[in-house]
Amino acid sequence: MLANRHIIDIEDLSADEIAHVLDTADAFAEINERPIKKLPTLRGRTVVNLFLEPSTRTRTSFEIAAKRLSADAINFSGSSSATVKGESLRDTARTLSAMSCDLVVVRHAFAGAPRMLAECMDGCVVNGGDGMHQHPTQALLDLYTMRSRLGSLEGLRVGVVGDICHSRVAGSLVPALRMVGASPVLIGPPTLMPAHPGALGAEVVTDLDSVIGELDVAYMLRIQMERADGMPFPSVREYARLYGMNRARMSRMRDSAIVMHPGPMNRGVEIAADVADSDRSLVLEQVENGVAVRMAVMYLLLGGDTGE
Amino acid sequence: MSRSANPSHTILQGGRLVDPSAGLDCVGDVLVSKGTIAAVGAGIETPKGARVIDCRGKVVMPGLIDVHVHLRQPGREDEETVRSGTRAAVKGGFTAVCPMPNTEPVCDEGAAVRFLVETAQDEAHCRVHPIGALTVKQDGRALAEIGDMVASGAVAVSDDGSSIQSAGMMRLVMDYVKRFDIPVLSHCQDDSLVGRGVVNEGFVSTKLGVPGWPAAAEELSVARDIRLSELTGCRLHLQHLSCAGSVELVRQAKSKDLPVTAEVTPHHLFLTEEALLSRAYDTDLKMNPPLRTADDAAELLRGLLDGTIDCVATDHAPHAPHEKELEFELAPFGTTGLETALALVVTHLVHSGRAGWGHVVAWMAHGPRAALGLPLVTLTAGSPADITVVDPEMGWTVESDCFESRSRNSAFAGASLRGAASEVLVDGRLALEGGRVVDL
Repeated sequence: MLANRHIIDIEDLSADEIAHVLDTADAFAEINERPIKKLPTLRGRTVVNLFLEPSTRTRTSFEIAAKRLSADAINFSGSSSATVKGESLRDTARTLSAMSCDLVVVRHAFAGAPRMLAECMDGCVVNGGDGMHQHPTQALLDLYTMRSRLGSLEGLRVGVVGDICHSRVAGSLVPALRMVGASPVLIGPPTLMPAHPGALGAEVVTDLDSVIGELDVAYMLRIQMERADGMPFPSVREYARLYGMNRARMSRMRDSAIVMHPGPMNRGVEIAADVADSDRSLVLEQVENGVAVRMAVMYLLLGGDTGE
Repeated sequence: MSRSANPSHTILQGGRLVDPSAGLDCVGDVLVSKGTIAAVGAGIETPKGARVIDCRGKVVMPGLIDVHVHLRQPGREDEETVRSGTRAAVKGGFTAVCPMPNTEPVCDEGAAVRFLVETAQDEAHCRVHPIGALTVKQDGRALAEIGDMVASGAVAVSDDGSSIQSAGMMRLVMDYVKRFDIPVLSHCQDDSLVGRGVVNEGFVSTKLGVPGWPAAAEELSVARDIRLSELTGCRLHLQHLSCAGSVELVRQAKSKDLPVTAEVTPHHLFLTEEALLSRAYDTDLKMNPPLRTADDAAELLRGLLDGTIDCVATDHAPHAPHEKELEFELAPFGTTGLETALALVVTHLVHSGRAGWGHVVAWMAHGPRAALGLPLVTLTAGSPADITVVDPEMGWTVESDCFESRSRNSAFAGASLRGAASEVLVDGRLALEGGRVVDL
């Protein structure tokens, strides 16, 4: 069981609860290896994937997770703009609540929308990414992936590289790393830094090469050109030269160090193709682990008990 | 005395009379004869048939004016009208308001000003002094017919709500307006720095993951307009200052005797961006300009106390609930203010001992009228009988469901305040009696 009914900010979980989610995910990861990958645990429960911003991979991951737990998973797509859809988010929330949905995963273009949803409905709300704010299950699956490969999270030096200011992934991952005792560092040009990096609890470095040798994890963020108002760097070429992960940079990392990316990747921009396909890249493990971690989250939120 | 009676004499007895312009701060009576103050002093004889208002324990001051309100008429009568907005005004102790021109359609020509003036004659509970637009449709491209608007009753001009982005256009406007000896009211905002900003840029914008709005976006525009006032000689009134840097720029301008005045809102004085941490994504806290830091609020107060800032104005911005309840980034900016401003100032500044009643008169009666070049209203014989009576001890809680305003959005909902207007006279007419709005 978790103390909060919703997971909207990563801070809705305590450090102990994060560990509990990861431990629970271990059990589900094992299920995912079986030929028959289905448990009856959430039979009769209704999970709605309310995706009001285009997304395929996250929505699919949640849908698979719900179905493997035998929940009835329904996808509800639309636009974040009430004026387009003709119904306010509050009314959508009340509608879903009236239909007795047990858990809603919400993806929305604007920060704070999952909280608004949670205020208006009885079921659990999981933030599947809101604007530039947070994406807590991504942080959980990233921690799970780091822990699986590197053993302990305590003291890990994790460089989060790139478009920090527009990144909801960084918005959850950086506080999560702090909570589990890792040491995050934000790396990128000042034009892609948040106004107050201290609010995320991390130091800032603008020169990737100055810290490359001390990183246990290089977490490469997607460059989100569609979000930026005016180009925050002169060219893709210059960005890749200063902040892209390529063979030469990877060779200067510790032998045990890994490269991660939340996807979808811009190959040749923040991550070179050969790095993405190398055995130090955990990109596909992240995707794989995402299902187990989301199963764990749904299971724990809907009153699951890990005692076997 | 029945409510409907409208005697030709009214006497306010035994109140504390406060008017620094008349050197007045003593207990006494005010005799109103029709629309004019007939006598001020101690022990004035009550004329036969006069209405007597017992003001013992209360503060009697010149009628307050709010030089920055949005009455939404024409166009958004679901949010506010001349009638409901002026009811809110007298409820909050004001005897006059200046509605901004960003209505639908924009008040950018003489006919639109005349519509407001005529509507006010029939519907308004207090005086309404319209503000005309600077540019046609407030789009910053072509001069509006300012002469026609002034002739029709506009007392100043502004593109409030939007901000003229081109310095060249602003210079043209100010050169032209100078001819009418009225101020340009400037909403200072450099759009290229604001971008999609919705809260102060910094800790809170990062924490909430919403686009930030740096103080520099205001300060640059304040600096530009002050410089253009110096260049053109046009009077400039800076609206709703929100940050410390702006206060310093105004202080410098005043030290050079430039014709520059400024206002501050209660929400920028008494709230900070910190409120958005405990009330995350509460759209009632979404303002333009945004709530700033505690340091900014402290400097705004310092500027008000030392006279750098001339007045308190509310930027009363009523909004329909279905719009204010949208996602934070989609919801409109603004809070209502007419019914809370006086009580906030009294609670936070007078009762705390940081300011006196003379300051309240300076900031909410004399300062704003002087800024707009309107004749002062005073507690002296011969002055128009626009009078505000305040019960300083009246404790109340802000309940937006009880507003006279048609809208419910208030950044101060739930606040416990001490002090409220009990009586308001507008042109000698009792518009508020015992804290209740008197129907027309």
